[in-house]
Amino acid sequence: MSNEPCLLTPSQTVGPYFTLGLTPTRDETGFGPLITNEIRGDGEPITIRGKVFDGAGVPVNDAMLEIVQADGNGRLDAPEFPGFARAGTGEAADNSYTFKTVKPGPLGGDQAPYICMIVFMRGMLLHACTRIYFADESANPNDPVFSRLPADRRETLLARRVETADAVSYEFDIHMQGERETVFFSLADAI
Amino acid sequence: MSGKRQSAHPPYTYRDYKSSILRGPARDPVDLGELEAKQSSGAGVESRASLAGRFRPGELDHDLTRNARRGGEPLGERIVVSGRVLDESGSPIPDALIEIWQANAGGRYLHKADDHDAPIDPNFLGAGRNVTDREGRYRFLTIQPGAYPWKNHHNAWRPRHIHFSVIGESLAGRLVTQMYFPGDPLLDLDPIFHAVPAAARGRLIAHFDLGLTQPEFALGYHFDIVVAGSGATPRDDHGSGAG
Ligand SMILES: [Fe+2]
Repeated sequence: MSNEPCLLTPSQTVGPYFTLGLTPTRDETGFGPLITNEIRGDGEPITIRGKVFDGAGVPVNDAMLEIVQADGNGRLDAPEFPGFARAGTGEAADNSYTFKTVKPGPLGGDQAPYICMIVFMRGMLLHACTRIYFADESANPNDPVFSRLPADRRETLLARRVETADAVSYEFDIHMQGERETVFFSLADAI
Repeated sequence: MSGKRQSAHPPYTYRDYKSSILRGPARDPVDLGELEAKQSSGAGVESRASLAGRFRPGELDHDLTRNARRGGEPLGERIVVSGRVLDESGSPIPDALIEIWQANAGGRYLHKADDHDAPIDPNFLGAGRNVTDREGRYRFLTIQPGAYPWKNHHNAWRPRHIHFSVIGESLAGRLVTQMYFPGDPLLDLDPIFHAVPAAARGRLIAHFDLGLTQPEFALGYHFDIVVAGSGATPRDDHGSGAG
């Protein structure tokens, strides 16, 4: 069977009702969540928390975020490690999102550890990709991507470490527009 | 910005779709592939992560006429929606997770934010999921969704549609889209549909398919989905390739 070249299917917004299919909470009918906001695996357990701000500085209450990451050993293919999670901003009263995961290790070379994040929301006709770097990592200045970003925009990708007696969390806000607009990436050959 | 992006996807902000104005990124995205090409640290997570085959939906998840019954059947016209997930070279993407969600036959979502004055169907959730087989094929049984009003402009109505989310093998191919139905008069008036470049809009409309139609039971609609392939293998768009 020969394969004909095909034309890409266009993107459309996730809309206001995505929780129904993508982040369902109800399970009385047996249709519970397939993908949660939790990733378990080797590595330091961390929580990542933040908000998504629109161009007027208002926290978005219907954004969906997905993360993709390596485990604490820098492995993307460890058995039983999904490396993928999803969270919405509509559940918490303050419209924040929360991920419970492990801190990723670096993939190799000069790469610093980071988490890939994909941002969807009503009003976005196409998703946007970004990276979460960790502010307490000394490898950031040598990271081949981080170090090549305009100096005044790098900081938008840094998550701030907050330690309490029994937990480690990182704070990472996303700004869709404005002076602090988060750096978003287009993936090569992709979109 | 790549030419493909221009030709297939809508822009981040589109004047007639009001909520896009404050929500789409204002600056051009940074080309990750270009940054990575200049360095020797190897590819990043975006091009190395493989997501296919990681998710296992439940047995009834693909049948929206059954996955939320409470002692009765959902109302409306049963439809089969089926097609293939392919990359741009036409190769099937097996083990891709497809998640769908939609309004019921009356145009109402089972969602706390939906205040449209149309009845809720106690036997219909409006959400389903499935994974593609070895040929990239998926199949859902559901109910024809109704059109519904929204507040973008005066007398605004969304054409009947089913929301689709596709997670295939590569992150580059992550796609969220909407499938529309042929002949819907609301398509001409819908800013979300019209935000897509004219040449690519038709790819969002399913085809009625008598072959998928089940006699005495359900109409069939065919909807193929083409996503970007893995960025791991450099492509030569001008080469003839070995097919
Ligand atoms: Fe919708």
